[in-house]
Amino acid sequence: MSKLHFTRRRLIGTGAMAGAGLAMPTIFTGASWAQSQGGFTNAPTGGTVTLGFNVPQTGPYADEGKDELLAQQLAVEHLNGQGDGGCLNTFSSKALKGNGILGKKVQFVTGDTQTKSDAARAAAKSMIEKDGAVMINGGSSSGVAVAVQGLCQEAGIIFMAGLTHSNDTTGKDKKANGFRHFFNAYMSGAALAPVLANTYGKDRRAYHLTADYTWGWTQQESMVKATEAVGWETVNTVLTPLAATDFSSYIAPVLNSGADVLVLNHYGGNMVNSLTNAVQFGLLDKQVNGKDFAIVVPLYSELMANGAGENIKGVLGSMNWNWQLQDEGTKAFVKSFGEKYGRPPSNSAQTCYAQVLLYADAVERAGTFNPCGVGEALEGFEFDGLGNGKTLYRADDHQCFKDVLVVRGNQNPTNPYDTLEIVEVTPVEQVTYAPDHPMFAGGELGQCNPGA
Amino acid sequence: MFGLEKKDAALLLIVAVVTLCAPILLNPFPAGSEMAQFNAGYPDLMQRFAIYGIFAIGFNILFGLTGYLSFGHAAFLGVGSYSAVWMFKLLSMNIIPGIILSVIVAGLFSLVIGFISLRRSGIYFSILTLAFAQMSYNLAYSVLTPITNGETGLQLSLNDPRVLDAARTTGSLPVTTLFGAEMRSATSVQFGVWEWQFSTGFYVSAVLMLLALYLAIRIFRSPFGIMLRAVKSNQNRMSYTGLNVRPYTLAAFVISGMYAGLAGGLLAAMDPLAGAERMQWTASGEVVIMTILGGAGTLLGPIIGAGFIKYFENIFSKINDNVLHDWFAFLPDGLNDFVVTVIAPFFGDGWNLTMGLMFMAVVIFLPGGLVDGARRIGRLFRRKPAGAKRPDAATKPAE
Amino acid sequence: MDAIILQILNGLDKGSAYALIALGLTLIFGTLGVVNFAHGALFMIGAFCAVTLQKILSASYTVIDPSQTDFLGRPLEVSKPYLEAWLGPDLGGGIIEWSVPLAILFAIPVMLILGYVMERGLIKHFYRRPHADQILVTFGLAIVLQEVIKHFFGANPIPTPAPPAFAGSLDFGVWLGFDPNAIIYPYWRTVYFLFSLVIIGAVFSFLQFTTFGMVVRAGMADRETVGLLGINIDRRFTIMFGIAAAVAGIAGVMYTPINSPNYHMGMDFLVLSFVVVVVGGMGSLPGAVLAGFLLGIVESFASMNEVKNILPGIDQIIIYLIAIAILLTRPRGLMGRKGVMEE
Repeated sequence: MSKLHFTRRRLIGTGAMAGAGLAMPTIFTGASWAQSQGGFTNAPTGGTVTLGFNVPQTGPYADEGKDELLAQQLAVEHLNGQGDGGCLNTFSSKALKGNGILGKKVQFVTGDTQTKSDAARAAAKSMIEKDGAVMINGGSSSGVAVAVQGLCQEAGIIFMAGLTHSNDTTGKDKKANGFRHFFNAYMSGAALAPVLANTYGKDRRAYHLTADYTWGWTQQESMVKATEAVGWETVNTVLTPLAATDFSSYIAPVLNSGADVLVLNHYGGNMVNSLTNAVQFGLLDKQVNGKDFAIVVPLYSELMANGAGENIKGVLGSMNWNWQLQDEGTKAFVKSFGEKYGRPPSNSAQTCYAQVLLYADAVERAGTFNPCGVGEALEGFEFDGLGNGKTLYRADDHQCFKDVLVVRGNQNPTNPYDTLEIVEVTPVEQVTYAPDHPMFAGGELGQCNPGA
Repeated sequence: MFGLEKKDAALLLIVAVVTLCAPILLNPFPAGSEMAQFNAGYPDLMQRFAIYGIFAIGFNILFGLTGYLSFGHAAFLGVGSYSAVWMFKLLSMNIIPGIILSVIVAGLFSLVIGFISLRRSGIYFSILTLAFAQMSYNLAYSVLTPITNGETGLQLSLNDPRVLDAARTTGSLPVTTLFGAEMRSATSVQFGVWEWQFSTGFYVSAVLMLLALYLAIRIFRSPFGIMLRAVKSNQNRMSYTGLNVRPYTLAAFVISGMYAGLAGGLLAAMDPLAGAERMQWTASGEVVIMTILGGAGTLLGPIIGAGFIKYFENIFSKINDNVLHDWFAFLPDGLNDFVVTVIAPFFGDGWNLTMGLMFMAVVIFLPGGLVDGARRIGRLFRRKPAGAKRPDAATKPAE
Repeated sequence: MDAIILQILNGLDKGSAYALIALGLTLIFGTLGVVNFAHGALFMIGAFCAVTLQKILSASYTVIDPSQTDFLGRPLEVSKPYLEAWLGPDLGGGIIEWSVPLAILFAIPVMLILGYVMERGLIKHFYRRPHADQILVTFGLAIVLQEVIKHFFGANPIPTPAPPAFAGSLDFGVWLGFDPNAIIYPYWRTVYFLFSLVIIGAVFSFLQFTTFGMVVRAGMADRETVGLLGINIDRRFTIMFGIAAAVAGIAGVMYTPINSPNYHMGMDFLVLSFVVVVVGGMGSLPGAVLAGFLLGIVESFASMNEVKNILPGIDQIIIYLIAIAILLTRPRGLMGRKGVMEE
């Protein structure tokens, strides 16, 4: 016995088979066919719903990916009512009851992005086409985030970005189906510049070393604009190859350039190496223009701070979140995560955890898994209690607006986890920008796509 | 048939049948069952099987026949992808112009690189190709970003001109088509407990792969192919007879470059995004691994090798600890944990380790690749004396 | 002028890492005729010898400090290294700080044994196989080795600082009559450069001035004749493989303070070291050293702002451009012999 299901095109041709709807839906099929399935891609059938966690499991960011995955698993547990409930207890929206999402038990599948946009898309496609994932979450680079976001837009899936810091993700490459909780390069610049001016003075001369790819450029642009606005001068901006491991030949000329601050627009292995090299050259012990030389790392992550070891002491940077925050949401999350895994979570783990809960909550409030309904519920949503204080998911660009942390490498860490200390919590007003800000211009959200 | 010998025609026919039935054959486990995670019959992976099959077939024309080990073939694939996406952006979402351009551009690119690299042989040739490919990758990732969109990869956008396509009013991106048939459309069929997905994109790729295979067979059997094999066995002797071998090797290089371009164009046609990582040296290494794993110099080997690697990358990597715990749920708790701890390094995020080990095992014990292994097993069952039949030249392992 | 001197220093330092890796690689090729794609992995294993020793030396017991709390609000467990408890904080702590140089002593036997096992267990069976097979099996081995390291040490870089005595940098400029701070160079990098000279010198004198080395050189030139003279050349070649592995390993150990080691650092160096070997000429030891320093210096010059402003992105491709230019003008590299690896 067999039942056939057709795409819309063929359905129009053959006409009659419309009612047949027992098969699992496939993505990328015509709309009229899928009405009977709920009208959107991968509408969950039965008592479960599948989420897709797409994180780097191989390659240099594998540890970061592992941390994200642990947090995502924790979120699934909490959604299903296991464990201590974590942030479900502190979340300002009370739609989630710990009985899954819309009463359906939450399952998850995982994919390996390898931190390559190609592989990440293949992994996401596999989860969408094969496993019927209704949402994709995770990742640790902007290239991957933008690529997967584009895919989810076409497939009619919600994309809840993980760690992605480039302005483009919610700027020129923003998509209606994509949502970012993490902060961005503009916010880093806006939060850091006043602290830098206070700490180091207003007449500083900065030298930028920048990773030569899209994220690096937006980071550099944001930092240059923000520091020049407080009176700093930019001596030079130098692009470094992504594949570089030894930055000595880029760092050696810095002292002679007349600059007294070095800004490292690097992330991951690049940042660990360039910072290590800069400290080796003794830059931090030098005096230039009568001032103590300073190094700034605009985007910090705990894992990279660990990789750089002692070298980060006293170096300023910014973060999306840190486990040392004292609000209720943070405490609840750190407690759940720490008790389960024996160490505090990283800020990429927190963003993934929050994103999963935000998605689940939006589904509950919308009463449907339909991406358009979920998107509408997320747009303009104001919430609190997930660790970042009061937060707004702005409707114009699907970017979260919340406080940004300025952190510094701890001079006297007492344990392996407090290598960074919070210097200032920059209020959200200071990092907010207009949706049509030039650094974010050039893209449109488009319309939400329910797929099917 | 088609100007092929009987044996080759039979081979092509078998491959054709297997390929066209792939959506059924690759989903042997009922949907929703525990084993369903091993199913590979979903459109994206099947397309990759076919496309990387084309890539490996093309690579094999160079490596399998002439013995020239290129470590830079991924560059041609990448160039093909970029040209196809540019075609989708500028001209039309129909995949035909895109694919034609990608083959042409890859052909020209390989002509230039081949012309220079083929001045040297052996490992010097390998390093030259590697150097060209790495330069392409490094530049595509950084300086050439206006053309390649760097880290993010080249993608479509709503305000691309697309001069041949009528203006669109909807706010969503157009999709790639073949004269109206959408590449991404799929028909899902439920048959008893099984579920099969027949996708347009896969069948387009599959037909092109069969054409590519057909062409490869013709090349293998042609005087040109014999000439290439002569280059492999003794290039000096060829030169002493007064033959200039470079035009032959260059032709093989360009042909395999065009195959790579076709694969790249198809990748873009199935999913209109072209990332620079496609050109990295590890991607070139991957096609080498595919070809050797399956069996270099054989007709079928590269396709099998390609399928094998892509299966690992996409299916094996998804077996995370949770899945493992489920598998061994029947064991008592402590034992379950122990077993999972022991085998976990080989699954999920450890897929690279397992692949490395298997790859080593194949190179050590099966120099002729998986095809050779299958043949040995076949021989074992047929109990024919090994020397009874003159070994076929085309199926001899690479030397 | 000072900028140029600075970049020459940088180039010499980069070049010394390239030269050390390429030296071992070309040694293996010259003796055994094997193309070893796992050589980068040996460098990486060497680096992780330093990590391992650092971990062993700082093996700790924990004491509960009730006055402080950890991230969950429990009393803080402070870890105290055994060494500091046994030998006092000064001596014990000092030994831990010197773990990187000490790791050389640890790495040499480990790498010799690893090299020996690798040669006897795997490479030996590949002498009669095509070069392509050698490349592939060692490439597979490289993947396996790095994944094993990833499993035990994670993917994140692990900081392994140099002894505090070598922190900071040396002001070369003052010696040469420039202003202070014009040419500064880190102590540890200077040490690395001198160290590499010592190792390179040691390998050359070993081959040049010992009977063992003489036999090995004879074997490299004509393996069969040496064999006919009744000398067991295979055994000596096996030992040379071990030595090559040890050279790569200690190069890795000493490199750890320069860049925190991570599991894929071997692959990062692999392509580069092959380019170096090929540019120098396969099997030529002086060629490898020369090419290593040459490429290091050229790479450093290419990353100067003045150069990059004229040719954007030149620092991304300069190594490959040089390799192509040299291979096209000098078919066998700078100092290669005819007929090697051309079939």
